[in-house]
Amino acid sequence: MRRSMLFMPGNNSGMLLNADALGADSVILDLEDAVSPQEKDSARILVRNALKYLGYKGCEVIIRINSIDTDFWKKDLDEIIPMKPDMIMPPKVSSGMDIKVIENYMGEVERRHGIEKKISLIPLIETALGVENAFEIASSSKRIKAIFLGGEDLTADLRCKRTKQGDEIFYSRGRMVMAARAAGIDVYDTPFTDVEDEEGLRLDAEFAKGLGFTGKACISPRHVQSVNEVFSPTLEEIEYATEVMEIIQVAKEQGKGAISLRGKMIDAPIVERARQTLEAAKALGGAF
Amino acid sequence: MEIKKKATAGTLESSDIFVQVEPNDNGIEINITSIVYNQFGEDIERTVREVLSEFGVNSVKIQLKDRGAVECAIRARIETALKRAEGMED
Amino acid sequence: MNKVVKSIKEAITLCGLKDGMRISFHHHLRNGDHVINMVMEEIANMGYRDLTVNASSVFDIHAPLITHIKNNVVTGLEVNYMGAAVGREVSSGIMQKPVDFRSHGGRPSDIENGKTPIDIAFIAAPSSDNMGNCSGKYGKSACGSLGYAFVDAMNAKKVVVITDNLVEYPLYDFSIQETYVDYVVCVDKIGDPTGIVSGTTKITRDPVGLMMASYATKVIQSSGLLKDGFSFQTGAGGASLAVAKYLKDIMLKENIKGSFGMGGITSYLVDMLEAGCFETLMDVQCFDLRAVQSIRDNPRHREVTASHYASPSAKSAIVDNLDVVILGATQIDTDFNVNVHTDSNGFIMGGSGGHSDTAAGAKLTMIVAPLTRARLSIVVDKVLCVSTPGNTVDVLVTQRGIAVNPRRGDLKERLLASGLPVVDIHDLKRIADGITGVPKEVKLGSKTVANVIYRDGTVIDKIKNTL
Repeated sequence: MRRSMLFMPGNNSGMLLNADALGADSVILDLEDAVSPQEKDSARILVRNALKYLGYKGCEVIIRINSIDTDFWKKDLDEIIPMKPDMIMPPKVSSGMDIKVIENYMGEVERRHGIEKKISLIPLIETALGVENAFEIASSSKRIKAIFLGGEDLTADLRCKRTKQGDEIFYSRGRMVMAARAAGIDVYDTPFTDVEDEEGLRLDAEFAKGLGFTGKACISPRHVQSVNEVFSPTLEEIEYATEVMEIIQVAKEQGKGAISLRGKMIDAPIVERARQTLEAAKALGGAF
Repeated sequence: MEIKKKATAGTLESSDIFVQVEPNDNGIEINITSIVYNQFGEDIERTVREVLSEFGVNSVKIQLKDRGAVECAIRARIETALKRAEGMED
Repeated sequence: MNKVVKSIKEAITLCGLKDGMRISFHHHLRNGDHVINMVMEEIANMGYRDLTVNASSVFDIHAPLITHIKNNVVTGLEVNYMGAAVGREVSSGIMQKPVDFRSHGGRPSDIENGKTPIDIAFIAAPSSDNMGNCSGKYGKSACGSLGYAFVDAMNAKKVVVITDNLVEYPLYDFSIQETYVDYVVCVDKIGDPTGIVSGTTKITRDPVGLMMASYATKVIQSSGLLKDGFSFQTGAGGASLAVAKYLKDIMLKENIKGSFGMGGITSYLVDMLEAGCFETLMDVQCFDLRAVQSIRDNPRHREVTASHYASPSAKSAIVDNLDVVILGATQIDTDFNVNVHTDSNGFIMGGSGGHSDTAAGAKLTMIVAPLTRARLSIVVDKVLCVSTPGNTVDVLVTQRGIAVNPRRGDLKERLLASGLPVVDIHDLKRIADGITGVPKEVKLGSKTVANVIYRDGTVIDKIKNTL
């Protein structure tokens, strides 16, 4: 279950040490924006060593590499792929072609190191072209398990102001969710950037959940708990889902076709949602 | 690996280590200062020698100022400094 | 009658100081205190030797004590806490006689029962009148509570009040009353306000600290103690303050009316009082300007004496009515013994203060500490110094799990039922060792440089010299 993805700067040894103990379901060890150009070598060597020795048993690990229009991304993959991280996050992905380029090189590195597992991808979509091509990107490779919207770079590309309310990315959010669900994968929302504004974060996360996002990235560990809470099923949802599954069972045993609960017909989509809720609750094991 | 020029890596932040390597004529010269020297001084020196040997470095003057970095961070910073000194990285 | 004398020197002479006597000080001016240094310099210049200094705490600003020790002006030292500057020298063995460490409750108890009779008490007072009615609440060097100084005033053979704010008689809102005071000295400055109280105490921004605070808050919630009548003590550390803030939010949301907040008081506890989370604050020491202002202006914010706070020989003390206390540690061992006296190299850099008193009294004693600091584990096989015995510690909260003392099976059940990450303390140690590697044991010398005197009077540990 991945609700929160927490960014951690790749060249900070102290923060890498505790990355998996901050409550996030996934950590994104960042080789891109959090690392200055002259420290790219240092960060990728540090992250590679951290992956090798620290284990990160407590959470999933995603590595954000540099974009394919830089000189860094191949070196990033050379260093990181042998450590078999859970996922690679390529930034500024704008088309299915971008994914092909990355996927080809990943395959090359995997073969070079005799790695049979195909490392997964979570493309970061943060350009106007990327959003327009979101479904093409989402369905361009079996490696892709989710797509992730980056609101900051996107609004720069759109030449509009990034606001707390987020009206300017409303279309992009909807488009991303549509594309991901159509491709049968997960979808993650852009981080909320005001570290101090707990209330604003919660509203932003609840809005994203309402649109259909699977979870949300965090740039501050202080946001992780709220994001986890928002994207976890509520007690009421779990209770309702349990009732739905029970009544379906009863209906089956009695050979009834149609059945209602709390005055509402229980149809296939409701059963499917109940199943997803219980699956999520089970994955969380009460830890929310 | 040959140390061609002076190079540094790492920082003096807590849980990090600052490493400086430079060419040396006569073998390996190691200088370690650490806030956890009493507890890990020997471990740090062993790590330094291991990494130098992994990269086939026979002659180097290496100085380490440790702020309580764990072993993997020490390894990473030494490796970075060595590669920079060899001119492998930009 | 007028008790004002013109200099500290004159007060010393009038009090009849002799070689070998015991003199006392309080630490309300903390690292801004000038009084210990002023008095000791005078005493050294006057040629006295072989004195025992009994101070509730000494801080780094008191480094001149080192010279007085080396010159044999001071040959005995009795404190509840010692900063690293003096501590380092003591650890290296500059004193012939070991330092006696007590707790904030043990010190007043031993002064009252005559184990450490005070010959002359020098009481720094931010305000005093000419008869010695004095207070910490007013004046340019205001420190708020004078809680630790009462026992000195009430029991010393001679009492000298040293102030930099002499006011008209009577100082109506006095803390210590004139009946105990022999002499009053007015000086230019008793301390540096920036070192006395911080302008503000701030919640940590460190993600690990916030993670621990979040766990600690959930432990309190799960303990069953967070209900009407709740009482709470926490220190001024960043993670402790975060717990206070989280607790406040919960108490307001769930409309829980607590009884009292205790201890060193910070703005966060003042916030809780003002928001109605507590009926009262019991204040033995103020940590920031908000606390000083509150104790002056809010009748529900009470000054309490060290004896009332924590004395083990008092007929009752506030710590005995405490529900929850949050404490720190430099080390904790797998038997839950806590070290707050020495660093991981064995150098003295702290002391019990109220640590062992509150641990003994509170229903839930919680240690909150990061599992590793730099490359050192908090959890060790055996602490270098036992400051607080493990049988008074209930739970250790780290960012990588919560360890419950096996004596508290009931608590463990509650935490598990709440879905908290409960981990055996031995496993926490293994996790830490996995991160840091196994440290080499620190070797210490054979000379005792300090005795740690537990609140019941027994010496629970002897601190050895560093090599």
